[in-house]
Amino acid sequence: MALLEVRDLRLSFGGLKVLHDISFSVEKGAINSLIGPNGAGKTSLFNCLTGFYKPKGGSISLGGRPITGLPPHRITALGLARTFQNIRLFKEMTVLENAMSGQHCRSRHGIMSAILHLPAQRREEEAIRATAMRWLDFVGIEQHAHRRAGGLSYGDQRRLELARALASTPELILLDEPAAGLNEREKLDLVHLIRRIRDETGVTVLLIEHDMGLVMQLSEKIVVFDYGQKIADGPPEAVRTDPRVIEAYLGTEE
Amino acid sequence: MIDEVRTMPTAVQPQLMRWSVVLPGLAALAAALVLPQFANGYVTEVATTALLYVVLCLGLNIVVGYAGLLDLGYAAFFAVGAYTSGILTAEFGFNFWLTIPVAMAAACVAGIIIGAPTLRLRSDYLAIVTLGFGEIVRIIARNLDITGGASGLIGIERPEIFGFRLMQVQHFYYAFLVLALLTAFVCLSVERSRMGRAWFYVRYDEDAAAGIGINRVTAKLQAYMMGAVIASVAGCLYAAKMTAISPESFTFNQSLLILLGVVLGGIGRIPGVVLGAVLVALLPEVLRGAGTYRPLVTAVALLAIMLFRPNGLWPDKRV
Ligand SMILES: Nc1ncnc2c1ncn2[C@@H]1O[C@H](COP(=O)(O)OP(=O)(O)O)[C@@H](O)[C@H]1O
Ligand SMILES: [Mg+2]
Repeated sequence: MALLEVRDLRLSFGGLKVLHDISFSVEKGAINSLIGPNGAGKTSLFNCLTGFYKPKGGSISLGGRPITGLPPHRITALGLARTFQNIRLFKEMTVLENAMSGQHCRSRHGIMSAILHLPAQRREEEAIRATAMRWLDFVGIEQHAHRRAGGLSYGDQRRLELARALASTPELILLDEPAAGLNEREKLDLVHLIRRIRDETGVTVLLIEHDMGLVMQLSEKIVVFDYGQKIADGPPEAVRTDPRVIEAYLGTEE
Repeated sequence: MIDEVRTMPTAVQPQLMRWSVVLPGLAALAAALVLPQFANGYVTEVATTALLYVVLCLGLNIVVGYAGLLDLGYAAFFAVGAYTSGILTAEFGFNFWLTIPVAMAAACVAGIIIGAPTLRLRSDYLAIVTLGFGEIVRIIARNLDITGGASGLIGIERPEIFGFRLMQVQHFYYAFLVLALLTAFVCLSVERSRMGRAWFYVRYDEDAAAGIGINRVTAKLQAYMMGAVIASVAGCLYAAKMTAISPESFTFNQSLLILLGVVLGGIGRIPGVVLGAVLVALLPEVLRGAGTYRPLVTAVALLAIMLFRPNGLWPDKRV
C-alpha cells in the first residue's frame, strides 16, 4: 500500500472550487513532484494534507491511517512534515531553537518537570538539542546555530526550514517550492540535499516546484494540476509529452 | 553584528547567562536582602508592594510576554487567590499554608473555564473575555455574603511558620521577597524548557508552530493557567498581609497596572519585567510631590517611554 493515499479530495472557498475530486498516491521511499500553473491549487492541496484546510469531501490516509480533518499538530505527530511556500521561520529566535521546535511532538516533559529540574527532563532537553544539531549539520548550517534565524541568507533559511521539518522525524515531507528564489548553484545543492533526505534517512518526499529541470531530474513520478484538477500523473517522460500538460503550460504559464 | 542575538536560554546552555545580567541581579538581590535593616517602615512598605508587583508582573509575563496573549483581567486571579485564602482562614479556620494549594486549584479551574473556550478563538477575543471576567469576579465579590460584600472581608488570619507569626511589615517584606525569588526561578526554569519554547513558537508564528507539531490551544491554555496560579499565590500572601481585603483592590485599574509593569520594563524578559514592576510600584510614591499634577506627569512619562523605548526600558532582544 502507498504511504500517502488521497481519494476524491474536494475543497472550495465559498463558491470558488479550488480542488476537484483529486486522487493520487505517493509510494514509500519515493521522490514525487506536484506541478501546475500558479493558482492551480497545489499549495491548497498541501494545506489539506497537513490539516490547515478542511476538505469538503474525500479522504487522506498516511501509512494506512486516516488523517482527513485532523488538526495540524496531530498530523505532524503522525509523521507528516512540511515547509511553507513563503518561508515561515521563527525569525526572532535562534537557528538552533528553530530546529529544536521540530522535536516538540517527539518529546513529552512539561512544566512541572522543568520547574523541578528532574534528571529525565534534563536528559530530554539534551537529546532535543543534539537531534536539532544533527539536522542542522545534515543541511549544512550547523555553524550558524546560535545566530538569529531571520538573519540567515535566503538559501540558508530554506535549509533551516528543511532541518526543522526533518527534526520532527517524519515519514513524508512536503516541500512547497523549495527552489524558489535560489540561484543555479543553490538549486544544484538543493537537488543533492533532497536526494540525501530520501537516500540517507528514508524520508519520502513530495515537492511542489516550478523549475522543470529540477523536477524532471528528481522525481520518479509527477502529478500535474490545472485549475484544481489533476490532468496528468506519471513518470517524467510520460508527463513531458502529455498533450494536456503541454497545453496547460503553453496556454497559461508566463 | 546585527545577527548575533542573545539565545533564548535553554537548560543546556549555561554559558549564556550573561554577566551583564547576573552581576546587577546579584547586587539588586543583596540590596533587597538588607533593605529592611536600614529603611524605615514607609520605605519597607513601598518595597513590599514593589515585590508584590514583581510576582504579579512575572506571572502575567508568562501569558503576555511568553505566549503573546493579551489578558486584560489578570487581577481576577489575584482576587481568586486572596478571597479563597481569606475566606478559608477567616470563616473556616483553615491554616494559611493549606489555603495556598486550594487557591492554586481554584485559579486553575477559573483559568480553564475562561481559557478553554476562548483560547480556540482568535487572540482579540481573549482580551475582551478576560476584561469581562475581571469585572465579573469583582462584582461577584461585591455581592456575595461570604466575600463580605462591598465593604470586604476582615479578620484574615496572619500566617505562622515554625511557631513564628508573621506580623510586621518587615516579615511580609521577606515573605514577598521569597515568593518573588521563587517565581523568578520558576519562570527561568520554564522559559528554558520544552513548554517555554512552545509558547515562544506560538507567539512568533502560530501557523508555523502548528505545522511543526505544537498544539497551540494546549500551549496557550498552559501559559494562561500558569499565570493564573502565580497570581493566586500572590493573592494568598496579600490577603494575609492586609488581614482585610475588598473588591476595590481587584479592579480593572489593577489589571492595567500589572500589564503596564510587564510592558514598561520590556515584555518577555525577566530582568525587564522586574524593573517594570518596581517602577509601577514606585512611580506613585515618587510623584507624590507632584501633587495634583501626578496623573499628568505619569501620562507624560509613559508617553515618553512609548515614543523613545517602544519595546520597554530593558527590552527583550527577541522582539
Ligand atoms: N484561504 C483561501 N481563501 C480563499 N481562496 C483561497 C485560499 N487559499 C487558496 N485560495 C485560492 O485557491 C486557488 C489555488 O491557490 P493555491 O493553492 O495557492 O495555488 P498554487 O499553490 O497552485 O499556486 C487560488 O485561486 C487561490 O486564490
Ligand atoms: Mg503555491
